[in-house]
Amino acid sequence: MAESIKNKVAIVGMGCTKFGELWDKSASDLIVEAAYEAYEDAGIEPKDVQAAWFGTLYEFSGMAGLGLTVPLRLQYKPVTRVENMCATGSDALRNACYAVAAGVYDIVLALGVEKLKDQGISGLGMGAFASTGVSPTITAPGMFAMMATKYFARYGLSPDEGKRMLALIPVRSHHNGALNPKAHYQREITIEQVLAAPIVAWPLGIFDCCGMSDGSAAAIVVRAEDAKKFRPDPVYVKALQMCVGPGEGQISTDYDYTHVEETYRAGLAAYAEAGITDPRKEVSMAEVHDCFSITEATIMEDLQFSPRGRVKEDLEAGTFTLEGDLPVQPDGGLKCFGHPIGASGLRMMYEMYLQLQGKAGPRQIKNPQLGLTHNMGGQPSSCTVSCLIVGL
Amino acid sequence: MIGIKSYGAYIPYYRLSRSEIAKTWGGPALPGEKAVANQDEDSITMAVEAAFDCTRGIDGANIDGLFFASTTSPYKEKQCSTIIATVLDMGKEIRTADFADCLRAGTTALRAALDAVKAGSAKNILVTAADCRLAYPYSMLEQSLGDAAACFLIGDSDVAVEIEDCLSISYEITDVWRTDEDDFVREWEERWVITHGYSQNVEEAASAIMKRNGLSAKDFAKAVIYGPDPRSHAALVRRLGFEENQVQDTLFATIGNTGTPSAPLMLVAALEEAKAGDNILFASYGDGADAFILKVTEQIERIRERRGVKIHLASKALLPSYGKYLSFRKLVQLPPQALRGTGSATIMWRTKNWVLGCHASKCRKCGLITYPIQRVCYGCQAKDDYDEISLSREKGTLFTFSLDNIASGGINPPIIQSVVRFQGGTQFYCMMTDCDPKEVRVDMPVEMTLRRLHEEANFHNYFWKCRPPREGG
Repeated sequence: MAESIKNKVAIVGMGCTKFGELWDKSASDLIVEAAYEAYEDAGIEPKDVQAAWFGTLYEFSGMAGLGLTVPLRLQYKPVTRVENMCATGSDALRNACYAVAAGVYDIVLALGVEKLKDQGISGLGMGAFASTGVSPTITAPGMFAMMATKYFARYGLSPDEGKRMLALIPVRSHHNGALNPKAHYQREITIEQVLAAPIVAWPLGIFDCCGMSDGSAAAIVVRAEDAKKFRPDPVYVKALQMCVGPGEGQISTDYDYTHVEETYRAGLAAYAEAGITDPRKEVSMAEVHDCFSITEATIMEDLQFSPRGRVKEDLEAGTFTLEGDLPVQPDGGLKCFGHPIGASGLRMMYEMYLQLQGKAGPRQIKNPQLGLTHNMGGQPSSCTVSCLIVGL
Repeated sequence: MIGIKSYGAYIPYYRLSRSEIAKTWGGPALPGEKAVANQDEDSITMAVEAAFDCTRGIDGANIDGLFFASTTSPYKEKQCSTIIATVLDMGKEIRTADFADCLRAGTTALRAALDAVKAGSAKNILVTAADCRLAYPYSMLEQSLGDAAACFLIGDSDVAVEIEDCLSISYEITDVWRTDEDDFVREWEERWVITHGYSQNVEEAASAIMKRNGLSAKDFAKAVIYGPDPRSHAALVRRLGFEENQVQDTLFATIGNTGTPSAPLMLVAALEEAKAGDNILFASYGDGADAFILKVTEQIERIRERRGVKIHLASKALLPSYGKYLSFRKLVQLPPQALRGTGSATIMWRTKNWVLGCHASKCRKCGLITYPIQRVCYGCQAKDDYDEISLSREKGTLFTFSLDNIASGGINPPIIQSVVRFQGGTQFYCMMTDCDPKEVRVDMPVEMTLRRLHEEANFHNYFWKCRPPREGG
């Protein structure tokens, strides 16, 4: 009989580099910085790491386990490279946790990294997959903008009303990012700035899109019963859920383009595993995959934080601000902390870890008990979603 | 009697005012505008459009041949008629051929089709002609040349136009040409080109075929005579004895000289107005001339539901600038595009039914229609239990969209990502073309059109896009 992961493993150390356009740093530099910060935080030596999971999307950020072992000179250990599009970081951590829970390792490392800013383009390269060569010329903003168009049409929002609703999201994230010294963007913005910004993919403007950043984040995972040997305030894993859709949204007229089924189902599974019955009340805080403002808006509904079609009310009420009932993106999110693809899931966890330990400085949330991370890879109609819950 | 069973035409949505060209270079502007293929169009895609127009309401099962005539074939080596036939879902048991290199190739193909049907080696042959010729920027020819396509269905039963006689002249002359290394059309001195090329040959062929049949100009309702420009054309038809009301307009002012499809397009325009019993003299030019004597039958009334010349002409948008035209035809070096998916000839070959033929799978168990073809039905999970159906002629509505300003690397934005829903309950994810981005709305009607996407893997990748219906279709 399958069992829940709840309280079987704990995170006892984390590291995260500053995110940003780090022209002077390679993927290797970022890996070394994140890993050594995590080692130090956990109070371990590099030789204590028994196995590792290495998350990265692009080949130029590192291939195979060697992408991790070479910069760290990790000595003849089992290392798995994990790739799950933008949800790569969470999946590296998920696999690391299961290996510890299986009892075959005591101390493992999960590390995610991406070095985007060696490509010579702004935004995300779409990769070079051999294909029919006939798929639409897609960009991530173009794909997610289709959700915004449909959301506005379905819920009777004029483009102006819709854009105004979405603008509340980056304004909040920029406020939080300004309180975070490791964030890519640390500057407050106004709704007027968001609305006046150049359009990337209508209806999304530049401030509706997250930062494209270099960065790395890492976690040290141990068995729950060993956790207090490492530190007095370990963070325990309550749920590790993942949902990979069959991609029907691209071909099925059943898909509504105003929600992401994978997010909804990953959330349901995570709440069940963690024993949560009223997520809006029981989840203290969340870091979700706000690659675009519309993505965050619909995630709030898919995770049952807001009723369907009514996220606007919560956005306008300030529910998801640092002072609100359910703070979301306390670190600035993908929007402002930035989005180095393979690192993002672990960066989200890093913020939950700091908040639960009361170490989040000026953006500290009062007395959080449970933190949720939501990490999505792919496009609305076809994606993979990880939903992890941690707590004290 | 062998003849034309149906006709079709295609004129691109975009037009460039000749004054816009003159404004850029200085100098005089010819009157009117020219039709300009969109950046995602070429002679193959335009021929496909004309063929779809021509076969509207016609059972394709009896069509056993397709010819493609063009001086601007997208391939120097590789047949294009096979691509067009695959898009039209014509199957393998057909004959295909490309006719190239000569402005008369369209009527050459027409004669070849007549001969094949007459000999009994084919029942019905689609003859397509399309061109997208480039003139040197700054040349007067740049103002003249336009892009378009035409198509005829040739057969020996229920013909709308009987072809009573045809006559050809072959004449060696280097008047208008491109060598194998030229991108742009070259011409010798215009007065000689017109006098000893165009006028001499067409006059000779037209006169000879009228004489052979004991006919004179007054016996014809219409003279459909190719003309490289309105003045030379007017002089020639006058010499042949035609009155102004008998002469089919060259379409020069509205489309331009379209090359291979030029005379066929004029014939389509004439047939749109023709009545049963009309006699038509039809002639084209290029390294000689072809002349035909045509008689319109009662069947013409059965093929009126065509976009033809008239509806395509009315459905248009003016290009805002000459610069846009330069970028469409890649006449200037544009910033390089970011890497995208790599094409593959083997993948293209495996997927041609759905990529070119626009085939969806229709589940035999639950009836769900899914594009592209799915081995496992998403509705009932039935495995490998489907029939293929083509969605190329389906009409749909736009479910959602985005106007992406960065996807094209900033060149001619936006890319309009579109989720289309067909009336039959199928979703199609594609790009939209030939539209004003400001007019794009959720729930607007759309139809499908084959376009050239890019040259990944060094060959032309064609795929379907959606567009607002060209009016009247």
